[in-house]
Amino acid sequence: MTTVGDLLASEPRVINVGIESFVVELERLGVPVIHVRWSPPAGGDPRKAALLAALTDEEEPEA
Amino acid sequence: MSIKVANRAAVDRLMGGEPVLVGCVPAARALPLRGRLVLHAGPPLSWERAGATMRAAIVCAIRYEGWAKDDEAARDLLVRGEVGLEPCHHRSAVGPMTGMVTPSMPVFVVENRCHGNRAFATINEGLGRVLRFGANDDGVIERLRWLATEAGPLLDAAIRLSGGIDLRAIMAKALSMGDELHQRNVAASCLLTRILLPHLVRATSDPAALARVADFLAANDQFFLNLAMAAAKAVADPCLGIEESTMVAAMARNGTEFGIRVAGLGDHWFTAPVNLPHGLYFPGFGPDDANPDIGDSAIVETVGLGGFAMAASPAVAGFLGQGGLPEAISTTEEMAEICLGEHAHFRIPTLGDRGAPVGIDVRKIVETGIVPLINTGIAGKTPGTGQIGAGVVRAPLACFEEALEALGARVATGRG
Repeated sequence: MTTVGDLLASEPRVINVGIESFVVELERLGVPVIHVRWSPPAGGDPRKAALLAALTDEEEPEA
Repeated sequence: MSIKVANRAAVDRLMGGEPVLVGCVPAARALPLRGRLVLHAGPPLSWERAGATMRAAIVCAIRYEGWAKDDEAARDLLVRGEVGLEPCHHRSAVGPMTGMVTPSMPVFVVENRCHGNRAFATINEGLGRVLRFGANDDGVIERLRWLATEAGPLLDAAIRLSGGIDLRAIMAKALSMGDELHQRNVAASCLLTRILLPHLVRATSDPAALARVADFLAANDQFFLNLAMAAAKAVADPCLGIEESTMVAAMARNGTEFGIRVAGLGDHWFTAPVNLPHGLYFPGFGPDDANPDIGDSAIVETVGLGGFAMAASPAVAGFLGQGGLPEAISTTEEMAEICLGEHAHFRIPTLGDRGAPVGIDVRKIVETGIVPLINTGIAGKTPGTGQIGAGVVRAPLACFEEALEALGARVATGRG
């Protein structure tokens, strides 16, 4: 099992979610990074998020 | 029907359409079109709200029809309402850039053999100073008259002798030959010409007329564009009216507004102000000379081509200032994020023969904030200039947000 000590002693491996500018800085420092593009649904607008929730794909009934 | 089932039906209908070119006859007979009516690109547009380039084209179209002797008389007819304006889309037609269609113009007739509906588009006039880009001099009118009196009838005769030309097959082949069927139609135009030429030869006993039409075909790399558009319109129209579907069934621009139609919301247009395209300009022109986004040609993006199939055409991506192959693939992958599926027939070699992204979902656009990318020609904003470049443009988010509101209201009513 990996301990906190192992984590601190090893090279960092980074997964960046969201703001892409963090990736640029990490890459500049030579840190391996995987970027996941993500933003809050509908830019965080609660009204549009509620509309999207009302328009989700419903599960089809089993035959 | 659930949204999921409705969307599956809509995508199947969009991909399963079988567009076949069956003729080329005057719009008056094909659409039909009666009285003094000018069809234009995009959602509905009044004369008062039309931009300068669109106005120049409308006035020129009126002079071409002989309804007015000069521009001033043409404008008077429009102001008095004696010449009507209507979107091409309302007559099962589509037109690139300004999208002018008037009764005597020959239009290609494309039949969707799967659903029995028809769609129409004018003959592509060629490059440079042409009506669709707002050019309006006597040379433009002279070419339009030749298209109506010689090229149109000869093309019609050849098409009829062919027994009908399968456009989907040409488009699928062209995608594997470097076309994305919007900004690049070289392969599709060659494939079509190869099919047409033997029939053209048999259709006339006038070698001079044959030579003129053959020269015209050989000189226009974008000849197939209008046919790609009519084919796309023919397969997209039967999707309108599929209740519950959140799939986009039309995208079009009139130079003032960008409009979309949604499969589950019928004929209603959702509109927002158009954006300005950006790209490469001909020598002597720049962004300050550009007309805002215009044309029905975004119907090809609606069915998974153009910007959505950028990965099929790295040369176009480079030409439009979008980088090389990696950037072209990245564009198609980005468009896949807002689509419901992959096209069963339109496959892209650089993506391991995966299908082009198809079935634009209003929900995915609003959720991700990713809006459709459209490849486009750029018209000059000064009337009479014609084409000044080519590039890309993004659809405005607001019309998709408005459509989402309408879809939400419909669901709330249905469940209430």
